Amino acid sequence: MKLFGKAGSRNLTDTAFKLTTMLGAALLLLIMAALFAELVRNSLLSIEKFGWSFIYTNVWDPVKEQFGAAASIWGTVVSTLIAMALAVPLGILIALFLVELLPERISKWVRTGVELLAAVPSIIFGMWGLFVFAPFMAETVQPFLRGVFGDSPLFSGPPIGIGMLTAGIILAFMILPFITAVVRDVFQMVPAVVKESAHGMGSTLWEVTSKVTIRYGFQGVVGAALLGLGRAIGETMAVTFVIGNSHKISASLFAPANSITATLANEFAEASEPIYLSSLIELGLVLFVLTFIIQVISQIWLKRVKKQMGVQ
Amino acid sequence: MKMDNGIFPESIRKEKEDVAGAGRITVKNLNFFYGNSQALFNNTIEIEPGKVTAIIGPSGCGKSTHLRVYNRIFELYADQRAEGEVLIDGVNILSRQYDLIELRKRVGMIFQKPTPFPMSVYDNVAYGLKLHYKINKNEMNERVEKALKQAALWDEVKDKLKQPGTALSGGQQQRLSIARAIAVEPEILLMDEPTSAIDPVATAKIEDLIAKLRGKYTIVIVTHNMQQAARISDFTAFFYEGYIVEYGVTKELFTRPKKKQTENYITGRFG
Repeated sequence: MKLFGKAGSRNLTDTAFKLTTMLGAALLLLIMAALFAELVRNSLLSIEKFGWSFIYTNVWDPVKEQFGAAASIWGTVVSTLIAMALAVPLGILIALFLVELLPERISKWVRTGVELLAAVPSIIFGMWGLFVFAPFMAETVQPFLRGVFGDSPLFSGPPIGIGMLTAGIILAFMILPFITAVVRDVFQMVPAVVKESAHGMGSTLWEVTSKVTIRYGFQGVVGAALLGLGRAIGETMAVTFVIGNSHKISASLFAPANSITATLANEFAEASEPIYLSSLIELGLVLFVLTFIIQVISQIWLKRVKKQMGVQ
Repeated sequence: MKMDNGIFPESIRKEKEDVAGAGRITVKNLNFFYGNSQALFNNTIEIEPGKVTAIIGPSGCGKSTHLRVYNRIFELYADQRAEGEVLIDGVNILSRQYDLIELRKRVGMIFQKPTPFPMSVYDNVAYGLKLHYKINKNEMNERVEKALKQAALWDEVKDKLKQPGTALSGGQQQRLSIARAIAVEPEILLMDEPTSAIDPVATAKIEDLIAKLRGKYTIVIVTHNMQQAARISDFTAFFYEGYIVEYGVTKELFTRPKKKQTENYITGRFG
Protein backbone atom coordinates (compact mmCIF):
# COMPACT_ATOMS: atom_id res chain seq x y z
CA MET A 1 0.00 0.00 0.00
CA LYS A 2 2.79 2.31 0.98
CA LEU A 3 4.74 1.42 -2.12
CA PHE A 4 1.70 2.04 -4.22
CA GLY A 5 1.10 5.40 -2.57
CA LYS A 6 4.66 6.54 -3.17
CA ALA A 7 4.67 5.53 -6.80
CA GLY A 8 1.25 7.10 -7.14
CA SER A 9 2.46 10.51 -5.96
CA ARG A 10 5.48 10.28 -8.22
CA ASN A 11 3.27 9.42 -11.12
CA LEU A 12 1.15 12.43 -10.24
CA THR A 13 4.20 14.69 -10.41
CA ASP A 14 5.05 13.21 -13.76
CA THR A 15 1.55 13.81 -15.03
CA ALA A 16 1.65 17.39 -13.77
CA PHE A 17 4.98 17.88 -15.50
CA LYS A 18 3.64 16.56 -18.80
CA LEU A 19 0.53 18.68 -18.52
CA THR A 20 2.49 21.85 -17.75
CA THR A 21 4.82 21.44 -20.72
CA MET A 22 1.89 20.59 -22.95
CA LEU A 23 0.05 23.71 -21.75
CA GLY A 24 3.08 25.82 -22.55
CA ALA A 25 3.25 24.43 -26.04
CA ALA A 26 -0.50 24.80 -26.50
CA LEU A 27 -0.33 28.41 -25.35
CA LEU A 28 2.08 29.18 -28.15
CA LEU A 29 -0.28 27.78 -30.76
CA LEU A 30 -3.19 29.54 -29.10
CA ILE A 31 -1.49 32.93 -29.21
CA MET A 32 -0.68 32.40 -32.86
CA ALA A 33 -4.27 31.41 -33.66
CA ALA A 34 -5.65 34.32 -31.63
CA LEU A 35 -3.35 36.75 -33.40
CA PHE A 36 -4.47 35.47 -36.76
CA ALA A 37 -8.15 35.57 -35.78
CA GLU A 38 -7.86 39.10 -34.46
CA LEU A 39 -6.08 40.29 -37.60
CA VAL A 40 -8.80 38.74 -39.75
CA ARG A 41 -11.60 40.14 -37.60
CA ASN A 42 -10.25 43.66 -37.72
CA SER A 43 -9.61 43.62 -41.41
CA LEU A 44 -13.04 42.22 -42.32
CA LEU A 45 -14.26 45.64 -43.42
CA SER A 46 -11.44 46.03 -45.86
CA ILE A 47 -11.63 42.40 -47.00
CA GLU A 48 -15.33 42.74 -47.74
CA LYS A 49 -14.88 45.97 -49.64
CA PHE A 50 -11.80 45.21 -51.73
CA GLY A 51 -11.61 41.40 -51.79
CA TRP A 52 -8.53 39.91 -53.45
CA SER A 53 -7.95 43.13 -55.36
CA PHE A 54 -6.43 44.51 -52.14
CA ILE A 55 -3.36 42.43 -52.85
CA TYR A 56 -2.80 43.23 -56.50
CA THR A 57 -4.12 46.75 -57.03
CA ASN A 58 -1.89 49.69 -56.57
CA VAL A 59 -3.93 52.50 -55.11
CA TRP A 60 -3.52 54.06 -51.72
CA ASP A 61 -5.96 56.90 -51.47
CA PRO A 62 -7.20 57.70 -47.96
CA VAL A 63 -9.25 60.63 -49.30
CA LYS A 64 -11.31 58.51 -51.71
CA GLU A 65 -11.01 55.56 -49.33
CA GLN A 66 -9.54 53.29 -51.99
CA PHE A 67 -6.86 50.88 -50.81
CA GLY A 68 -4.74 48.31 -52.61
CA ALA A 69 -1.50 47.09 -51.10
CA ALA A 70 0.48 46.11 -54.19
CA ALA A 71 3.08 48.87 -53.73
CA SER A 72 3.76 47.99 -50.10
CA ILE A 73 3.96 44.26 -50.80
CA TRP A 74 6.22 44.92 -53.79
CA GLY A 75 8.46 47.14 -51.66
CA THR A 76 8.72 44.56 -48.91
CA VAL A 77 9.57 41.77 -51.33
CA VAL A 78 12.08 43.74 -53.41
CA SER A 79 13.92 45.41 -50.52
CA THR A 80 14.18 42.03 -48.80
CA LEU A 81 15.49 40.38 -51.96
CA ILE A 82 18.14 43.09 -52.36
CA ALA A 83 19.16 42.62 -48.73
CA MET A 84 19.37 38.85 -49.08
CA ALA A 85 21.29 39.01 -52.36
CA LEU A 86 23.91 41.19 -50.69
CA ALA A 87 24.04 39.83 -47.17
CA VAL A 88 23.98 36.06 -47.69
CA PRO A 89 27.04 35.67 -49.96
CA LEU A 90 28.93 38.30 -48.00
CA GLY A 91 28.00 36.67 -44.69
CA ILE A 92 29.23 33.29 -45.95
CA LEU A 93 32.52 34.80 -47.09
CA ILE A 94 33.11 36.60 -43.80
CA ALA A 95 32.20 33.50 -41.79
CA LEU A 96 34.60 31.36 -43.85
CA PHE A 97 37.33 33.90 -43.34
CA LEU A 98 36.73 33.92 -39.59
CA VAL A 99 36.69 30.14 -39.32
CA GLU A 100 39.27 29.02 -41.87
CA LEU A 101 41.81 31.78 -42.25
CA LEU A 102 41.97 34.11 -39.28
CA PRO A 103 44.09 32.84 -36.36
CA GLU A 104 41.90 31.91 -33.40
CA ARG A 105 43.23 34.62 -31.08
CA ILE A 106 42.19 37.39 -33.52
CA SER A 107 39.10 35.56 -34.70
CA LYS A 108 37.54 35.50 -31.25
CA TRP A 109 37.70 39.29 -30.99
CA VAL A 110 36.21 39.75 -34.42
CA ARG A 111 33.52 37.27 -33.45
CA THR A 112 32.58 39.33 -30.41
CA GLY A 113 32.48 42.42 -32.60
CA VAL A 114 30.16 40.73 -35.07
CA GLU A 115 27.86 39.59 -32.28
CA LEU A 116 27.72 43.09 -30.79
CA LEU A 117 26.92 44.49 -34.20
CA ALA A 118 24.07 42.01 -34.52
CA ALA A 119 22.60 43.44 -31.33
CA VAL A 120 22.51 47.06 -32.52
CA PRO A 121 18.86 48.26 -32.47
CA SER A 122 17.45 48.67 -35.94
CA ILE A 123 16.49 52.30 -35.41
CA ILE A 124 20.21 53.10 -35.19
CA PHE A 125 20.65 51.58 -38.62
CA GLY A 126 17.69 53.64 -39.83
CA MET A 127 19.07 56.93 -38.51
CA TRP A 128 22.55 56.19 -39.77
CA GLY A 129 20.99 55.25 -43.09
CA LEU A 130 19.12 58.52 -43.36
CA PHE A 131 21.79 60.93 -42.14
CA VAL A 132 25.00 59.29 -43.32
CA PHE A 133 24.39 56.58 -45.83
CA ALA A 134 21.65 58.20 -47.95
CA PRO A 135 23.78 61.27 -48.78
CA PHE A 136 26.67 58.93 -49.63
CA MET A 137 24.35 56.96 -51.92
CA ALA A 138 23.17 60.16 -53.60
CA GLU A 139 26.62 61.64 -54.10
CA THR A 140 28.75 58.59 -54.80
CA VAL A 141 27.06 55.22 -55.29
CA GLN A 142 24.11 56.23 -57.42
CA PRO A 143 26.13 58.39 -59.87
CA PHE A 144 28.62 55.54 -60.09
CA LEU A 145 25.92 52.95 -60.88
CA ARG A 146 24.44 55.35 -63.41
CA GLY A 147 27.88 55.66 -64.99
CA VAL A 148 28.38 51.91 -65.20
CA PHE A 149 24.93 50.82 -66.31
CA GLY A 150 24.00 53.92 -68.32
CA ASP A 151 20.33 54.21 -69.07
CA SER A 152 19.24 50.93 -67.55
CA PRO A 153 15.68 51.35 -66.22
CA LEU A 154 16.86 49.77 -62.96
CA PHE A 155 18.96 52.83 -62.21
CA SER A 156 16.91 55.63 -63.73
CA GLY A 157 15.41 58.64 -61.99
CA PRO A 158 17.02 61.28 -59.82
CA PRO A 159 19.71 60.03 -57.44
CA ILE A 160 18.12 61.34 -54.28
CA GLY A 161 19.74 58.89 -51.89
CA ILE A 162 16.65 57.44 -50.27
CA GLY A 163 14.63 54.77 -52.05
CA MET A 164 14.35 51.05 -52.68
CA LEU A 165 18.07 50.39 -53.22
CA THR A 166 19.15 52.28 -50.11
CA ALA A 167 16.53 50.48 -48.03
CA GLY A 168 17.75 47.14 -49.37
CA ILE A 169 21.36 47.96 -48.60
CA ILE A 170 20.58 49.20 -45.10
CA LEU A 171 18.62 45.99 -44.50
CA ALA A 172 21.62 44.04 -45.76
CA PHE A 173 23.87 45.89 -43.29
CA MET A 174 21.42 45.08 -40.56
CA ILE A 175 21.14 41.35 -41.19
CA LEU A 176 24.77 40.84 -42.25
CA PRO A 177 26.23 40.51 -38.74
CA PHE A 178 23.33 38.29 -37.79
CA ILE A 179 23.80 35.96 -40.77
CA THR A 180 27.58 36.00 -40.31
CA ALA A 181 27.31 35.01 -36.66
CA VAL A 182 25.01 32.08 -37.38
CA VAL A 183 26.92 30.87 -40.44
CA ARG A 184 30.18 31.09 -38.51
CA ASP A 185 28.73 28.81 -35.85
CA VAL A 186 27.57 26.44 -38.56
CA PHE A 187 31.02 26.19 -40.14
CA GLN A 188 32.59 25.86 -36.73
CA MET A 189 30.45 22.79 -36.14
CA VAL A 190 31.81 20.92 -39.15
CA PRO A 191 33.89 18.24 -37.39
CA ALA A 192 37.63 18.88 -37.56
CA VAL A 193 38.18 15.24 -38.53
CA VAL A 194 36.02 15.65 -41.65
CA LYS A 195 37.98 18.71 -42.72
CA GLU A 196 41.26 16.94 -41.95
CA SER A 197 40.06 14.03 -44.01
CA ALA A 198 39.36 16.31 -46.96
CA HIS A 199 42.77 17.93 -46.59
CA GLY A 200 44.23 14.46 -46.30
CA MET A 201 42.86 13.64 -49.76
CA GLY A 202 45.08 16.35 -51.17
CA SER A 203 42.48 19.09 -51.44
CA THR A 204 43.37 22.75 -51.38
CA LEU A 205 41.71 24.95 -48.76
CA TRP A 206 39.31 26.18 -51.43
CA GLU A 207 38.40 22.62 -52.40
CA VAL A 208 37.84 21.61 -48.79
CA THR A 209 35.69 24.69 -48.26
CA SER A 210 33.61 24.50 -51.42
CA LYS A 211 33.20 20.74 -51.64
CA VAL A 212 33.00 19.73 -48.01
CA THR A 213 32.63 22.53 -45.45
CA ILE A 214 29.89 24.46 -47.25
CA ARG A 215 28.02 21.30 -48.20
CA TYR A 216 28.31 19.98 -44.70
CA GLY A 217 26.96 23.21 -43.30
CA PHE A 218 24.53 23.79 -46.16
CA GLN A 219 21.41 23.32 -44.10
CA GLY A 220 22.66 25.59 -41.40
CA VAL A 221 23.56 28.22 -43.96
CA VAL A 222 20.07 28.04 -45.43
CA GLY A 223 18.70 28.23 -41.93
CA ALA A 224 20.78 31.34 -41.24
CA ALA A 225 19.59 32.88 -44.50
CA LEU A 226 15.97 32.16 -43.57
CA LEU A 227 16.44 33.71 -40.14
CA GLY A 228 17.93 36.73 -41.87
CA LEU A 229 14.99 36.74 -44.27
CA GLY A 230 12.59 36.63 -41.36
CA ARG A 231 14.27 39.64 -39.79
CA ALA A 232 14.50 41.58 -43.03
CA ILE A 233 10.91 41.04 -44.09
CA GLY A 234 9.49 42.26 -40.80
CA GLU A 235 12.01 45.03 -40.24
CA THR A 236 10.34 48.36 -39.70
CA MET A 237 12.49 51.17 -38.37
CA ALA A 238 15.57 50.75 -40.52
CA VAL A 239 13.42 50.65 -43.64
CA THR A 240 10.98 53.40 -42.75
CA PHE A 241 13.78 55.96 -42.51
CA VAL A 242 15.23 55.39 -45.94
CA ILE A 243 12.70 53.78 -48.28
CA GLY A 244 11.04 57.07 -49.19
CA ASN A 245 7.44 56.24 -48.25
CA SER A 246 5.89 56.53 -51.66
CA HIS A 247 3.04 54.27 -52.73
CA LYS A 248 4.39 53.78 -56.23
CA ILE A 249 5.74 50.77 -58.03
CA SER A 250 8.74 51.74 -60.07
CA ALA A 251 11.22 49.67 -62.05
CA SER A 252 13.97 51.97 -60.83
CA LEU A 253 15.76 50.99 -57.66
CA PHE A 254 16.56 54.65 -57.07
CA ALA A 255 12.90 55.56 -56.79
CA PRO A 256 11.32 56.03 -53.40
CA ALA A 257 9.04 53.15 -52.50
CA ASN A 258 7.24 51.71 -49.50
CA SER A 259 7.07 48.53 -47.55
CA ILE A 260 4.29 46.93 -45.52
CA THR A 261 6.02 47.73 -42.26
CA ALA A 262 6.91 51.29 -43.26
CA THR A 263 3.32 51.97 -44.29
CA LEU A 264 2.05 50.66 -40.98
CA ALA A 265 4.56 52.67 -38.97
CA ASN A 266 3.88 55.89 -40.85
CA GLU A 267 0.13 55.80 -41.23
CA PHE A 268 -1.37 54.11 -38.21
CA ALA A 269 -1.61 57.32 -36.23
CA GLU A 270 -3.43 59.20 -38.96
CA ALA A 271 -5.87 56.45 -39.89
CA SER A 272 -9.10 58.00 -38.68
CA GLU A 273 -11.66 56.29 -40.92
CA PRO A 274 -12.64 52.70 -40.10
CA ILE A 275 -11.90 51.51 -43.64
CA TYR A 276 -8.44 53.10 -43.55
CA LEU A 277 -7.65 51.41 -40.24
CA SER A 278 -9.08 48.12 -41.46
CA SER A 279 -6.94 48.31 -44.60
CA LEU A 280 -3.81 48.85 -42.52
CA ILE A 281 -4.67 45.86 -40.38
CA GLU A 282 -5.23 43.78 -43.50
CA LEU A 283 -1.75 44.87 -44.53
CA GLY A 284 -0.53 43.40 -41.27
CA LEU A 285 -2.45 40.24 -42.07
CA VAL A 286 -0.74 40.04 -45.46
CA LEU A 287 2.67 40.28 -43.75
CA PHE A 288 1.63 37.60 -41.27
CA VAL A 289 0.57 35.23 -44.04
CA LEU A 290 3.65 36.05 -46.15
CA THR A 291 5.98 35.21 -43.27
CA PHE A 292 4.03 32.07 -42.55
CA ILE A 293 4.23 30.88 -46.16
CA ILE A 294 7.97 31.53 -46.29
CA GLN A 295 8.42 29.52 -43.11
CA VAL A 296 6.42 26.58 -44.41
CA ILE A 297 8.14 26.54 -47.80
CA SER A 298 11.57 26.77 -46.22
CA GLN A 299 10.82 23.95 -43.79
CA ILE A 300 9.66 21.67 -46.59
CA TRP A 301 12.63 22.59 -48.71
CA LEU A 302 15.07 22.04 -45.87
CA LYS A 303 13.63 18.60 -45.27
CA ARG A 304 14.16 17.67 -48.91
CA VAL A 305 17.70 19.00 -48.93
CA LYS A 306 18.45 17.14 -45.73
CA LYS A 307 17.33 13.90 -47.32
CA GLN A 308 19.32 14.46 -50.49
CA MET A 309 22.56 15.44 -48.81
CA GLY A 310 22.36 12.97 -45.97
CA VAL A 311 23.61 15.43 -43.39
CA GLN A 312 22.35 14.67 -39.92
CA MET B 1 71.02 2.60 -44.27
CA LYS B 2 73.04 2.84 -41.11
CA MET B 3 71.09 3.06 -37.91
CA ASP B 4 72.97 4.01 -34.82
CA ASN B 5 70.48 3.61 -32.03
CA GLY B 6 70.02 -0.11 -32.15
CA ILE B 7 66.31 0.19 -32.75
CA PHE B 8 66.38 -1.88 -35.92
CA PRO B 9 66.82 -5.51 -35.17
CA GLU B 10 68.55 -7.86 -37.56
CA SER B 11 65.26 -9.56 -38.38
CA ILE B 12 63.95 -6.45 -40.12
CA ARG B 13 67.01 -6.10 -42.25
CA LYS B 14 66.55 -9.64 -43.42
CA GLU B 15 62.93 -9.11 -44.41
CA LYS B 16 63.80 -5.91 -46.20
CA GLU B 17 65.39 -7.65 -49.15
CA ASP B 18 62.32 -9.50 -50.34
CA VAL B 19 60.06 -6.44 -50.59
CA ALA B 20 60.49 -4.23 -53.58
CA GLY B 21 58.40 -1.21 -54.50
CA ALA B 22 57.71 2.28 -53.34
CA GLY B 23 56.42 3.57 -50.05
CA ARG B 24 59.39 3.24 -47.75
CA ILE B 25 59.28 5.73 -44.91
CA THR B 26 62.51 6.63 -43.16
CA VAL B 27 62.20 8.86 -40.12
CA LYS B 28 65.32 10.44 -38.70
CA ASN B 29 65.44 12.33 -35.42
CA LEU B 30 61.88 13.54 -35.57
CA ASN B 31 60.94 15.98 -32.82
CA PHE B 32 57.46 17.39 -32.56
CA PHE B 33 56.06 20.38 -30.69
CA TYR B 34 52.62 21.60 -29.69
CA GLY B 35 53.46 25.22 -29.07
CA ASN B 36 56.26 25.04 -26.52
CA SER B 37 55.62 21.54 -25.30
CA GLN B 38 57.49 18.74 -26.98
CA ALA B 39 55.48 15.64 -27.82
CA LEU B 40 57.95 13.50 -29.80
CA PHE B 41 61.62 13.02 -29.00
CA ASN B 42 64.20 11.90 -31.56
CA ASN B 43 61.91 9.41 -33.26
CA THR B 44 63.94 7.32 -35.66
CA ILE B 45 62.28 4.49 -37.49
CA GLU B 46 62.15 2.83 -40.86
CA ILE B 47 58.77 1.67 -42.16
CA GLU B 48 58.91 -1.20 -44.60
CA PRO B 49 57.17 -0.84 -47.94
CA GLY B 50 54.23 -3.15 -48.58
CA LYS B 51 54.03 -4.21 -44.95
CA VAL B 52 51.66 -3.45 -42.13
CA THR B 53 53.32 -1.60 -39.29
CA ALA B 54 51.43 -1.06 -36.05
CA ILE B 55 52.13 1.73 -33.63
CA ILE B 56 51.09 0.92 -30.08
CA GLY B 57 51.45 2.58 -26.72
CA PRO B 58 49.42 4.09 -23.91
CA SER B 59 47.16 7.12 -24.47
CA GLY B 60 49.04 10.35 -24.99
CA CYS B 61 52.31 8.65 -25.89
CA GLY B 62 52.51 10.35 -29.28
CA LYS B 63 51.31 7.55 -31.59
CA SER B 64 48.82 9.69 -33.48
CA THR B 65 51.09 12.70 -33.37
CA HIS B 66 53.81 10.64 -35.03
CA LEU B 67 51.47 9.31 -37.70
CA ARG B 68 50.16 12.76 -38.49
CA VAL B 69 53.62 13.88 -39.52
CA TYR B 70 53.71 11.44 -42.45
CA ASN B 71 51.16 13.42 -44.47
CA ARG B 72 51.85 16.74 -42.75
CA ILE B 73 48.21 17.02 -41.73
CA PHE B 74 49.42 18.66 -38.50
CA GLU B 75 50.27 21.75 -40.54
CA LEU B 76 46.59 22.68 -40.49
CA TYR B 77 47.25 23.92 -36.98
CA ALA B 78 49.49 26.93 -36.65
CA ASP B 79 50.97 26.01 -33.28
CA GLN B 80 52.21 22.56 -34.27
CA ARG B 81 55.62 21.96 -35.77
CA ALA B 82 57.92 19.08 -36.66
CA GLU B 83 61.71 19.03 -36.78
CA GLY B 84 63.91 16.36 -38.25
CA GLU B 85 63.55 14.34 -41.41
CA VAL B 86 60.86 12.12 -42.81
CA LEU B 87 61.98 10.55 -46.07
CA ILE B 88 59.55 8.82 -48.37
CA ASP B 89 61.51 6.80 -50.89
CA GLY B 90 64.50 8.93 -50.07
CA VAL B 91 62.94 12.38 -50.38
CA ASN B 92 62.37 14.54 -47.32
CA ILE B 93 58.68 15.33 -47.21
CA LEU B 94 59.10 17.83 -44.40
CA SER B 95 60.97 20.09 -46.79
CA ARG B 96 59.08 23.29 -47.63
CA GLN B 97 59.59 22.53 -51.30
CA TYR B 98 57.72 19.25 -51.10
CA ASP B 99 54.27 19.80 -52.62
CA LEU B 100 51.61 19.08 -49.99
CA ILE B 101 48.97 18.04 -52.47
CA GLU B 102 51.35 15.63 -54.17
CA LEU B 103 52.29 14.24 -50.76
CA ARG B 104 48.68 13.64 -49.73
CA LYS B 105 47.97 11.99 -53.05
CA ARG B 106 50.75 9.51 -52.25
CA VAL B 107 49.88 9.15 -48.56
CA GLY B 108 46.23 8.49 -47.76
CA MET B 109 44.78 8.72 -44.27
CA ILE B 110 41.96 7.04 -42.38
CA PHE B 111 40.76 8.58 -39.13
CA GLN B 112 39.36 7.43 -35.76
CA LYS B 113 35.88 8.15 -36.95
CA PRO B 114 34.45 7.42 -40.39
CA THR B 115 34.49 10.63 -42.39
CA PRO B 116 31.99 10.32 -45.22
CA PHE B 117 31.68 13.64 -47.03
CA PRO B 118 28.19 15.08 -47.43
CA MET B 119 27.65 13.59 -50.87
CA SER B 120 26.65 10.29 -52.46
CA VAL B 121 28.56 7.03 -51.98
CA TYR B 122 29.78 7.30 -55.56
CA ASP B 123 30.90 10.92 -55.20
CA ASN B 124 32.71 10.09 -51.99
CA VAL B 125 34.87 7.55 -53.76
CA ALA B 126 35.24 9.74 -56.84
CA TYR B 127 36.23 12.73 -54.69
CA GLY B 128 40.00 12.34 -54.90
CA LEU B 129 39.87 11.09 -58.50
CA LYS B 130 38.06 14.25 -59.54
CA LEU B 131 40.61 16.38 -57.69
CA HIS B 132 43.72 14.81 -59.11
CA TYR B 133 42.82 13.34 -62.48
CA LYS B 134 40.95 14.38 -65.55
CA ILE B 135 39.26 11.15 -66.53
CA ASN B 136 36.11 10.38 -68.46
CA LYS B 137 32.89 9.02 -67.05
CA ASN B 138 33.57 5.40 -68.01
CA GLU B 139 36.99 5.31 -66.47
CA MET B 140 35.66 7.07 -63.39
CA ASN B 141 32.99 4.38 -63.03
CA GLU B 142 35.59 1.67 -63.36
CA ARG B 143 37.92 3.19 -60.82
CA VAL B 144 35.15 3.83 -58.32
CA GLU B 145 34.02 0.21 -58.69
CA LYS B 146 37.58 -1.03 -58.35
CA ALA B 147 38.18 1.01 -55.19
CA LEU B 148 34.92 -0.16 -53.65
CA LYS B 149 35.78 -3.76 -54.48
CA GLN B 150 39.24 -3.35 -52.96
CA ALA B 151 37.63 -1.94 -49.85
CA ALA B 152 35.29 -4.96 -49.71
CA LEU B 153 32.29 -2.69 -49.90
CA TRP B 154 31.11 -3.09 -53.49
CA ASP B 155 28.61 -5.88 -52.89
CA GLU B 156 26.96 -3.95 -50.09
CA VAL B 157 26.65 -0.61 -51.87
CA LYS B 158 26.48 -1.34 -55.60
CA ASP B 159 22.72 -0.71 -55.55
CA LYS B 160 22.96 2.45 -53.48
CA LEU B 161 25.75 4.40 -55.10
CA LYS B 162 23.46 7.42 -55.39
CA GLN B 163 22.54 7.40 -51.72
CA PRO B 164 24.29 9.71 -49.28
CA GLY B 165 27.47 8.26 -47.80
CA THR B 166 26.22 9.18 -44.36
CA ALA B 167 23.30 6.77 -44.74
CA LEU B 168 25.62 3.75 -44.51
CA SER B 169 26.35 1.99 -41.22
CA GLY B 170 29.41 3.02 -39.20
CA GLY B 171 31.53 0.11 -40.39
CA GLN B 172 30.47 0.66 -43.98
CA GLN B 173 31.29 4.35 -43.65
CA GLN B 174 34.78 3.48 -42.50
CA ARG B 175 35.29 1.15 -45.46
CA LEU B 176 33.92 3.92 -47.66
CA SER B 177 36.61 6.21 -46.23
CA ILE B 178 39.18 3.54 -47.06
CA ALA B 179 37.77 3.16 -50.59
CA ARG B 180 38.00 6.92 -51.04
CA ALA B 181 41.62 6.90 -49.89
CA ILE B 182 42.72 3.99 -52.08
CA ALA B 183 40.83 5.22 -55.15
CA VAL B 184 43.66 7.66 -55.89
CA GLU B 185 46.13 4.77 -55.58
CA PRO B 186 48.41 6.05 -52.88
CA GLU B 187 51.59 4.23 -51.91
CA ILE B 188 51.05 4.62 -48.21
CA LEU B 189 47.93 4.32 -46.08
CA LEU B 190 47.94 5.85 -42.62
CA MET B 191 45.27 4.57 -40.25
CA ASP B 192 44.71 6.39 -37.00
CA GLU B 193 42.77 3.98 -34.76
CA PRO B 194 40.44 3.12 -37.64
CA THR B 195 38.28 0.72 -35.62
CA SER B 196 37.96 2.66 -32.37
CA ALA B 197 34.49 3.97 -33.22
CA ILE B 198 32.91 0.86 -34.71
CA ASP B 199 31.48 -2.40 -33.45
CA PRO B 200 33.39 -5.73 -33.21
CA VAL B 201 31.82 -7.30 -36.33
CA ALA B 202 32.67 -4.26 -38.43
CA THR B 203 36.11 -4.19 -36.84
CA ALA B 204 36.73 -7.76 -37.99
CA LYS B 205 35.78 -6.76 -41.53
CA ILE B 206 38.22 -3.87 -41.49
CA GLU B 207 40.97 -6.14 -40.16
CA ASP B 208 40.27 -8.60 -43.00
CA LEU B 209 40.45 -5.70 -45.39
CA ILE B 210 43.80 -4.59 -44.01
CA ALA B 211 45.09 -8.12 -44.50
CA LYS B 212 43.95 -7.99 -48.13
CA LEU B 213 45.57 -4.62 -48.72
CA ARG B 214 48.90 -5.81 -47.35
CA GLY B 215 51.46 -5.94 -50.11
CA LYS B 216 49.67 -3.38 -52.25
CA TYR B 217 50.23 -0.50 -49.86
CA THR B 218 52.54 0.42 -47.06
CA ILE B 219 50.17 0.51 -44.13
CA VAL B 220 50.91 2.25 -40.85
CA ILE B 221 48.21 1.75 -38.27
CA VAL B 222 47.93 3.36 -34.86
CA THR B 223 45.96 1.24 -32.47
CA HIS B 224 45.26 1.19 -28.77
CA ASN B 225 44.29 -2.44 -29.14
CA MET B 226 47.30 -4.73 -28.68
CA GLN B 227 45.46 -7.82 -29.88
CA GLN B 228 44.67 -5.98 -33.05
CA ALA B 229 48.30 -5.03 -33.55
CA ALA B 230 49.32 -8.64 -32.93
CA ARG B 231 46.71 -9.94 -35.39
CA ILE B 232 47.26 -7.69 -38.35
CA SER B 233 50.75 -6.24 -38.35
CA ASP B 234 54.14 -7.41 -39.61
CA PHE B 235 56.04 -4.92 -37.51
CA THR B 236 55.20 -3.11 -34.32
CA ALA B 237 56.61 0.01 -32.78
CA PHE B 238 56.02 0.67 -29.10
CA PHE B 239 55.81 4.33 -28.19
CA TYR B 240 56.10 5.68 -24.67
CA GLU B 241 56.06 9.33 -23.63
CA GLY B 242 57.10 10.51 -27.07
CA TYR B 243 59.96 8.04 -27.50
CA ILE B 244 60.08 4.95 -29.67
CA VAL B 245 60.98 2.42 -27.03
CA GLU B 246 61.06 -0.67 -29.17
CA TYR B 247 60.51 -1.55 -32.79
CA GLY B 248 60.61 -4.95 -34.36
CA VAL B 249 58.84 -7.85 -35.96
CA THR B 250 55.43 -8.09 -34.35
CA LYS B 251 55.74 -11.73 -33.33
CA GLU B 252 59.06 -11.12 -31.61
CA LEU B 253 57.99 -7.91 -29.93
CA PHE B 254 54.96 -9.53 -28.41
CA THR B 255 56.65 -12.79 -27.40
CA ARG B 256 60.15 -11.66 -26.54
CA PRO B 257 60.17 -7.93 -25.85
CA LYS B 258 63.66 -6.60 -25.35
CA LYS B 259 62.79 -3.61 -23.17
CA LYS B 260 61.26 -3.72 -19.74
CA GLN B 261 58.75 -0.97 -20.56
CA THR B 262 57.50 -2.89 -23.57
CA GLU B 263 57.07 -6.01 -21.52
CA ASN B 264 55.17 -4.11 -18.84
CA TYR B 265 52.87 -2.61 -21.41
CA ILE B 266 52.09 -5.76 -23.37
CA THR B 267 51.54 -7.75 -20.23
CA GLY B 268 49.07 -5.14 -19.11
CA ARG B 269 50.97 -3.74 -16.18
CA PHE B 270 50.23 -0.18 -17.30
CA GLY B 271 48.53 1.72 -20.09
